[in-house]
Amino acid sequence: MFLEINPLVKPDIGLIVWTTITFLILLVLLRKFAWKPILGAVKGREESIKESLASAEKAREEMKRLQSDNERILQEARQERDKMMKDARDIRDKIVSDAKADANEQAEQIIASAKEQIDNQKMAAITELKNQVAEMSIEIAEMILRAELDDKEKQSKLVDNHLKNFKLN
Amino acid sequence: MRKFLNLSVLSVALFSVTFPTGIIAQSHQAENHSTSTTEVSESAADQVETAHAEEEEFDPTEVVMHHIADAHSFHVYGEGEEAVSVPLPVILYTSKGLVTFMSSAFHHDTHGHHVVERNGQRFVNYHDDIYELNAGAEHLEFEGDHTVTNASLPLDLSITKNVFTLFLAAALLLLIFGSVARNYQKGSVPSGLAGFMEPLVLFVRDDIAIPNIGPKYGRYMPYLLTLFFFIWIINLIGLVPFFPFSANLSGNISFTLTLAVIALLVVNFSGNKAYWKHIFAPQPWWLWPILFVIEFLSNVVIKFFALMIRLFANITAGHIIVLSLISLIFIFKSVYMSAVSVPFALFISVLELLVAALQAFIFTLLTALFIGQAVAEDHH
Repeated sequence: MFLEINPLVKPDIGLIVWTTITFLILLVLLRKFAWKPILGAVKGREESIKESLASAEKAREEMKRLQSDNERILQEARQERDKMMKDARDIRDKIVSDAKADANEQAEQIIASAKEQIDNQKMAAITELKNQVAEMSIEIAEMILRAELDDKEKQSKLVDNHLKNFKLN
Repeated sequence: MRKFLNLSVLSVALFSVTFPTGIIAQSHQAENHSTSTTEVSESAADQVETAHAEEEEFDPTEVVMHHIADAHSFHVYGEGEEAVSVPLPVILYTSKGLVTFMSSAFHHDTHGHHVVERNGQRFVNYHDDIYELNAGAEHLEFEGDHTVTNASLPLDLSITKNVFTLFLAAALLLLIFGSVARNYQKGSVPSGLAGFMEPLVLFVRDDIAIPNIGPKYGRYMPYLLTLFFFIWIINLIGLVPFFPFSANLSGNISFTLTLAVIALLVVNFSGNKAYWKHIFAPQPWWLWPILFVIEFLSNVVIKFFALMIRLFANITAGHIIVLSLISLIFIFKSVYMSAVSVPFALFISVLELLVAALQAFIFTLLTALFIGQAVAEDHH
């Protein structure tokens, strides 16, 4: 060779052969025993993290949905309650007003019957009073008549008076 | 700052490719005078060498180049014959078949003196090139500076320091990511080491692969992850200055060349119709002769040549700077120089920690980018 190469940059066949063999064997061994398990584990972990994040996101969404559902249900329940309260109030009012009306009617009936009874009693009392007055009048008249007619003179005078009256007629 | 360093190192690298007598060639000359005096007995030669070395001026270039170069044994500490180093297997594919022995057979000799006989073949180690001596030859003979005349270079498949580091890095990665992967079997939440590694793996996926490649990134993930962590851990190993680390593997051109070629193959085999149409039938038609050459060179050569040089030059630059700073102590022959050298070397080392990760990132990012260009749908 007309140019002598500096030993520093002179390729050495032995080292080239050994480097090739070593590198290729190392590549095969590391690929099988190191890179595949390591990259597989890392990838698996990354996927599981991604999945976990996705499921967490889903859970949050679900939560939000449930929350809004809850709110809706609560709202409905509140409305239901309001409605029920209102109904109850209405029913109560109706019962009270019905009861009032009933009571009024009954009271009127009672009053009416009481009035009737009073009237009846009054009539009976009046009738009895009349009867008693008539009886008393008859008795008084009897007593007066008896007293008047006790002596003969007076009787004769009365007859005379009456007779006199007849003469006028 | 970093850009400036890149440029300067790149120019040094290119300079040394283009000029036959680079810095290292010069450094060898001193030794060659002693070794080329042939037919000196081995022990005598060693004595001459030792005596010579003691008188010899400290040569930082040689020290630096020795430290960043590959070696057949793993030096731990010590000098010369007393050096302690871990022997590594030498595997040679010679004309007569496979020959193997431990590097300790050379007895730390890298100057071509100690002859190892196996199978009736004779081997010497000359600057970590292992030569097979021709039949009948007793010692290396040279013509000119260091052109060997009586020996040949067999195919050297030795487990060198750098190959050892390759295995070490591969073993560490298997250990680390094997345990990380087991961690995920207990549950998908990472703990301990996995907790530390997962962001890095995810970084490669989310910041390198997905933005550059797009939806088809999954196929390339194992390649990109292996590439990233392999380069990074090798860069880091190179920064630790003691055994069993310290090898300058990712600053070795053969290593970066191989990774660049693998990247080239991955990118071009991923190329879809739009990618090939872009290369072979660029618009407008009348610019075809120029555009075809540009596109073809760019997609098949330049991108990957740049990948190769970038990693090589950055890592080698870091090593050279640290070693040069430490060499200052010996150049000035003063222990007080360490008050300057050591803090600077520490600073550069810390910077290199960043560069180690950065270069692994850039190599992987650009590979991903090129793959992305190859698989992109046509938008014309």
